[in-house]
Amino acid sequence: MPDPTDTRTTEHAAKKLSRRTFIKGVITSGIAVSSASYLFRASSVSGQGSSAAFGERLLTLSVNGQPRRVDVMKNETLAWTLRYKLGLTGTKLGCDRAECGSCTVLIDDVPHYACSVLTHTVRTRKVLTIEGLASPDGKLHPVQQGVVDEQGFQCAYCMPGFVMSAVGFLNTNPNPTRAQLAHGVSGNLCRCQDYDKILTSLMRGAEYMRRSGRA
Amino acid sequence: MAVIRDVMPAFELLQPSSVADAQHLLARYGSDGWVLAGGLDSFDWLKDRIKKPKAVIDLSGIHELKGIRSTADGIEIGAMTTLTEVAQNPVIKQKYSLLSQSAELVASPQIRNQGTIGGNVSQDTRCWYYRGGWPCYRAGGNICYADTPVARNREHAILEAERCVAVNPSDTAPALIALDAKFVIRTAKGERVVDAEGYYVAPDRDITRLTILQAGDLLTAIRIPSAWAGAEFYFEKVRDRNVWDFPLLNVASAMFTSGNTIDKIRIAVNAAAARPLRLKKVEDAVRGKQRSAETGEIAGKLSVQGAVPLQFNAYKIPLMRNLVKRSITGVANGGQEAAWAS
Repeated sequence: MPDPTDTRTTEHAAKKLSRRTFIKGVITSGIAVSSASYLFRASSVSGQGSSAAFGERLLTLSVNGQPRRVDVMKNETLAWTLRYKLGLTGTKLGCDRAECGSCTVLIDDVPHYACSVLTHTVRTRKVLTIEGLASPDGKLHPVQQGVVDEQGFQCAYCMPGFVMSAVGFLNTNPNPTRAQLAHGVSGNLCRCQDYDKILTSLMRGAEYMRRSGRA
Repeated sequence: MAVIRDVMPAFELLQPSSVADAQHLLARYGSDGWVLAGGLDSFDWLKDRIKKPKAVIDLSGIHELKGIRSTADGIEIGAMTTLTEVAQNPVIKQKYSLLSQSAELVASPQIRNQGTIGGNVSQDTRCWYYRGGWPCYRAGGNICYADTPVARNREHAILEAERCVAVNPSDTAPALIALDAKFVIRTAKGERVVDAEGYYVAPDRDITRLTILQAGDLLTAIRIPSAWAGAEFYFEKVRDRNVWDFPLLNVASAMFTSGNTIDKIRIAVNAAAARPLRLKKVEDAVRGKQRSAETGEIAGKLSVQGAVPLQFNAYKIPLMRNLVKRSITGVANGGQEAAWAS
């Protein structure tokens, strides 16, 4: 796709196009816009005049144990890359200001707000999202199973973040009290105010983790 | 202010692997460069389009800025060490637990996992008029929007206000002042070591910055001398919510006693003024006195002398009086039932 901000390219291209192919082009690009608004938004922003060459933007990220080749802007956050470039929409964007926790992912096993990490800074690190928690055979992670068994969430928009925070915390504190676990996941908000049930389900998950020997 | 839900405006991201390289880049970009540590303060500025740097210089790849080392006299903490590491380090917990306590009370677990000690002590004020991009004194203008008859200033300053009424929001800064820490700064001319107190700037000296860092300077490390290792410590932070919130006020004290007499003491508070305040007059007044409720009362009263409340922050005066008192007696007034009443 030619750079829309580069007038030389568009003029040159317009001269070469016949009226017929021009109309066809408009129609196709219109479809592209309506059906892939996320992609369009991303690409229109990338045309803002970043001087970075394409080569520098092409990264191989380690996401959920897989190497993922992806084109990343220098000013792009990890939450944006995961959701809109890699299609991993389990990572939610709530506030986009490190104040709600719904975008929590593990970076090298430590919980981080994906909205507040530049993707380029995690090139050499391992990213784990909610999509990568279950085993390849589909068996849920013990914390996920605890959430299912205890029906811990109402709307569950905050759930992926809570689960990732809990997994990160339990990896280093496998046998917490309820109060300790509450402190461990205190960087996550639930708009439904369902904290009591959330803690019950995460405590159940902690128990399953210990039993399965994963803790 | 409207929340913008789009990527940040474009910038060049530079990732040096040494302090020297970072300094070259800072010199090259000058006022168009932006230093990125953990990013928790930076991204608010960038996402809200209030600051629009051309180049962001990310320090996360510089190994010499990370980690906690023992030195001949105490410890040295690299500026890029995370708050979680500071809060959990066994040596800091054992000898300088004042710092671990303060670091553990910063923001939220995820923020502590990413936020750095250097960033925490160097972060900008949270005054929302200033952060919202209003052209106030601190932003180079000629008005303070937080000190007008209709301004919302519940979180603002009661001491040392000079045109600007913003406060410094750091939790670790008062703890480091009480521990008599030294801050190591790399400037274009070389290395400079300053007292923790001397790192901060009141608005009557420079209204546009909270620290002495000039463009191109980097805070590289914080040194804590062993002089206060194992002292009796007290840290308390008061805030609206138990997570995320910046302090409405915090207090840190380090004390050595013999019998019940106070031999040596250092006290600092933050979120009362544009810089963390070391309460030297209070220290002088209580040194040699019995460690008692009466001494605490005297200390509390002395600490708020000259305090000037704004429309919505008068509560900070009794709050500070009580926190300073407790920092001497060492006894919290029991969780929820904080004695805020004057």
